[in-house]
Amino acid sequence: MTEPGSIVEIEIPAGVPAAPPGSTEQRRSHGPWYLWVISLLIVCVIAVPVTSLALRLLDATDAAWQSLLSWQTVRLMVRTLVFTALVTASATAVGVSGAWLLARTDLRFRRAWGVAFALPLVIPSYVIALVLISASGPRGLVADITGVDLPHLVGFPGAWLALTLSTYPYVFLITAAALQRVDPALEEAARGLGASPARVFRTVVLPQLRPAMGAGALLAALYTLSDFGAVSLMRFDVFTRVIYAQYSGRIDRSPAIVLSIVLVAAALIVIWAEQRTRGDGTLFSRKPARPPSVYRLTPWQRAAGTTFLAATVAAGLVLPVAVLSAWLLRGLTSGIDVTIPFDAIAGSLTGASLAAIVAVAASVPIVVLAVRYPTGASNALERAVYVMFSLPHITVAIAVVAFTVRYARPVYQSLLVLVLVYAAMFLAQATGPAKASLLQIDPALDDASRGLGRSHLATMARITVPLMSKGLLAGGLLVFVTALKELPATLLLRPSGFTTLAVRIWSSADELLYTQAAASALVLIAVSVVPVYYLSIKPKDVVGV
Amino acid sequence: MTTAISLSDVTVSFNGTTALDRFDLDVPSGALTAVVGPSGCGKTTALRAIAGFQTITTGTITLNGQLVATETTNTPPERRGVGMVFQEFALFPHISVAENVGYGVRGADRVDRVRRTLRLVGLEGYEDRFPHELSGGEQQRVALARALAPGPDVVLLDEPFSNLDAPQRERMRRELRRIIHSVGVTAVLVTHDQAEALAVGDRIAVMSEGRVVQSGTPVEVYARPVSPWVARFLGEAMILDGVAEGGAIDTGIGVVPTSLADGASAKVMVRPEWVRPTVVDHGVGKIVDREFYGHDQRVAIRLDDGTSIDALLPGSIDVALGERVDVEIDDAIVYFTNDTAGAR
Repeated sequence: MTEPGSIVEIEIPAGVPAAPPGSTEQRRSHGPWYLWVISLLIVCVIAVPVTSLALRLLDATDAAWQSLLSWQTVRLMVRTLVFTALVTASATAVGVSGAWLLARTDLRFRRAWGVAFALPLVIPSYVIALVLISASGPRGLVADITGVDLPHLVGFPGAWLALTLSTYPYVFLITAAALQRVDPALEEAARGLGASPARVFRTVVLPQLRPAMGAGALLAALYTLSDFGAVSLMRFDVFTRVIYAQYSGRIDRSPAIVLSIVLVAAALIVIWAEQRTRGDGTLFSRKPARPPSVYRLTPWQRAAGTTFLAATVAAGLVLPVAVLSAWLLRGLTSGIDVTIPFDAIAGSLTGASLAAIVAVAASVPIVVLAVRYPTGASNALERAVYVMFSLPHITVAIAVVAFTVRYARPVYQSLLVLVLVYAAMFLAQATGPAKASLLQIDPALDDASRGLGRSHLATMARITVPLMSKGLLAGGLLVFVTALKELPATLLLRPSGFTTLAVRIWSSADELLYTQAAASALVLIAVSVVPVYYLSIKPKDVVGV
Repeated sequence: MTTAISLSDVTVSFNGTTALDRFDLDVPSGALTAVVGPSGCGKTTALRAIAGFQTITTGTITLNGQLVATETTNTPPERRGVGMVFQEFALFPHISVAENVGYGVRGADRVDRVRRTLRLVGLEGYEDRFPHELSGGEQQRVALARALAPGPDVVLLDEPFSNLDAPQRERMRRELRRIIHSVGVTAVLVTHDQAEALAVGDRIAVMSEGRVVQSGTPVEVYARPVSPWVARFLGEAMILDGVAEGGAIDTGIGVVPTSLADGASAKVMVRPEWVRPTVVDHGVGKIVDREFYGHDQRVAIRLDDGTSIDALLPGSIDVALGERVDVEIDDAIVYFTNDTAGAR
């Protein structure tokens, strides 16, 4: 303190401009150039089918353009979108109900139920469709055994059921993981304020689940849009089936191309709808202090819940495995020579694992750019991956065949192209978990490494990628399982002499060799069980903690 | 004292907001400078700009005489030789304490260096632990050791004590000063807590709305704040209005000499500890409230003209509610603006 009398006088400068309060958000930057180089290479690969389609569109005939504006096309568009919406709604209802029952109630054997509930993921939709067709109807398997005549499951109801059973596991896995991180304190606060359990679910739990449900529903919707096998077997006319008919039956293939473009538009509508409902999905979610509370079921609720789970598992898992086993047994007992399809197993494992490795490697630069350097360009990159995922495999295959025949003859029908197409089509399944795991990593860790003298690349290698490893593994397994089931692109793009289990099932079923088809299908299911089991017990790795 | 870090006329704006607005700061080498300001004033942005995580829109940043950032150039963080301690520590969760501390160290003496740095921060024997096995204070020490191990010229600390509980915070403050001074490194710490800044900093830079409004030693900025805002931000302050009259301003609690011309209005800032009440029979006011802290006490006085003032007195003085007092002030600061001062 100064002596009394030595008073300090200070002039405040007039007109000091008041700056708006700053935020600590980092200024938008574009990210390192090499990530963009890699990403642009990926985009080039992704762009091949799309540009190939666009090029063919240029020499589409007038008749093709007229067919675009016909009432038939409009009806087809409406039917496809309504069908997709219905499957998505039912898959979301089944998936979310199952997730809530298994994550938040005191139902018994929840772990075992959880694995069984996720396992239909391993059964290709065309196998489920085939099984439903053969099991239903007046002369179907169920009628054979029980004597009860079921109506034939074909057309819309059959396709709806088959695709709901194929797609609900996606919603289930993602929602179950999200339910585990719902903060119980919020629910307790709501209960303390007098809200009923139903109101707590509606006003507190559901809003927290919205991003996960949206992500799961998006996967289900895109799967449905691009499914070809199940709708074809069910003889239900949606875009993919009509495109195939237009492609294979005509000399002028441009109507098929035009319709493919419309299908791409439908996929964009679905993606747009998901974004509209999601809001900002990139919330940095903190790990709650405690595990979520468990809801005690009344005996009636317990019975209803168990019945629901049992019915779903019966239709999606037990029925297909039982029917396939029955075919196999019937074939074996009637003396048909069944061989273990070693070549197909080797082909499936090679193709699917290479696809998984390529997709995981490609997912890293894409999610790093999208999460750490969010710009219009990096968001567009991420969206492009989803658009690719939404393209029907048959369309991609047609486009790639056309492209390689014309411009890349040496790699036409090579394993390289097949693996690249797998990886490109299923890249979204790798970027999803990779993004979720990266969102959990505090960006300060990157800064800490940079500040300690490591380059961006070294930081990715030593910090970012190791910390993302669980998400990368989950993404790789999802791609692996999906590539294993893939049929139409494999049929068109496989090298000569190369075969997979999916191709073997398809061709055997085509030739009515049900015993051989059943053997391959059971092997396919068995191979997929281990990865899907891992994913179902580690749902956090798929969507983050 | 030489200047280790110099930010000159630095502006950082993004998304339409200006986080740093013609920001000037010179940090002397070998000392601990505390940058303090309310949340959202841009202090973390300033730190990130020094470290290289934040590019600047205009201005220059110099580290030990080397230009590291301008409008167009930006030396990446890994080539600035700056150690940083993050608010939430940002320890790499998947590697051990020794690997964390050795992360930025290269060369043959890596193991030795890690051991010496861990000893410096008092964590010998913690080499093989993992970050999640440590307490908050231990994590803080590892974060500090990791920043110091490569031997940086400058260490930056972003709200380093905000994740610690109160007793740990005080201990770490003292530890931090000891470690920083024993290494002789230049350190910049940002905090929103003015008491922490005054306690820990050799020098203080007070920030508001993207710029440094005052810098100096803790005593300088506390006792001679450049504006009423700084005075209030750094401690308790009473701001009294007055008008110059015959070379003095009558504040109601005392007359302050001034050089301002007659009729010029001014604001007079008085801190509670500069107020000295004496118990008398009549006096100018009475004691209406008292909060006793032990080492000192706050006494609220209502003057007869209605003004309320606070005084901070040693705990040894006994006063009672309702007692009449006279008031003197030991010190005061007169603030005026050019438009109201008239001729000087």
